[in-house]
Amino acid sequence: MNPLPDDEIRRRQRSRALVMALLLGALVILFYAISIAKMA
Amino acid sequence: MNTTAMNTTAMEPAGAATAEWRDFLALCKPRVLTLVVFTGLCGMLAAPVSIHPVLGFTAMLCITLGAGAAGALNQWYEADLDAKMRRTAGRPLPAGRMDRQSALHFGVGLGAFSVLLMGLAVNLLAAAILTVSILFYVLVYTVWLKRRTPQNIVIGGAAGAFPPLIGWAAATGRVELLPVLLFAIVFLWTPPHFWALSLFVRTDYANAGVPMLPVVAGTRTTRAQILLYTLPMVAAAVAPWPLGLTGAIYGLAAVALSGLFLLLSARVAFSQEADQAKMKPERRLFAYSILYLFILFGALVADRMVLA
Repeated sequence: MNPLPDDEIRRRQRSRALVMALLLGALVILFYAISIAKMA
Repeated sequence: MNTTAMNTTAMEPAGAATAEWRDFLALCKPRVLTLVVFTGLCGMLAAPVSIHPVLGFTAMLCITLGAGAAGALNQWYEADLDAKMRRTAGRPLPAGRMDRQSALHFGVGLGAFSVLLMGLAVNLLAAAILTVSILFYVLVYTVWLKRRTPQNIVIGGAAGAFPPLIGWAAATGRVELLPVLLFAIVFLWTPPHFWALSLFVRTDYANAGVPMLPVVAGTRTTRAQILLYTLPMVAAAVAPWPLGLTGAIYGLAAVALSGLFLLLSARVAFSQEADQAKMKPERRLFAYSILYLFILFGALVADRMVLA
């Protein structure tokens, strides 16, 4: 298997980091909404 | 770095550093997830108690993540088998786009998170059933049964039957007769569904050494078994109506849909075709079986909404 060029590895890491950030943001909103729903 | 670590690194593909987020998504078997999510949602919507929308969404998210985790752990364990089958050779692990350790960590992490969130945000019963379903799929089906017995998908099919039960438990905190019947429908639906597929891809399974029924017992036995399992499935599908658990919308839909399922199963059962490329009734039954479950569960929800 040929190793990927550094640029490609960094591009993939960046896109994964972006998806992870979006997921974490979504979880923050979800946990807040769950807290409100539980208190209601 | 010690020698073992160096060897391991050398043997693995570039793996964790190069896997794309799409590969992690593919690890969750998104196409299988659609059916899991749909049946889980129908189980929840069919419940007589309404759940807070946020908690309902959370429950569905947990079911999705739990099923995704089970799929990831299944692919982690079966990477060697997947590499031998044309249908699965392009998955992230056999294709070398991800290393096995990343898949394992992802699957365990996702599974633990889904159960914890379900337990904390929804209820303990739903979390317990979710745990059982993940463990059943990974340990009972993938690790224990799949490579050992042609009954693998008969018993293992239970894993895919849990979502409506979880959806109902999330809404009500209880398990009652209707969700148990929904479990039975999916459980009994699984063998005809998978055996129809395994008839026209049996060389793939044979090459990979998976003891699917057509490989071990032959196509004739498999055809007969498809019809035999369809009969109790039809009974389970229609049962909620005469038992008074649903109305006529579901009842009539169940009778019509199950009748067609039975007809297509009978065509498969009485077919003599040996050439996989020419197995049209088998392909038709496989395609229809997916549609069947979607429409049947959709009819259940429509029925409950009209009754409500």
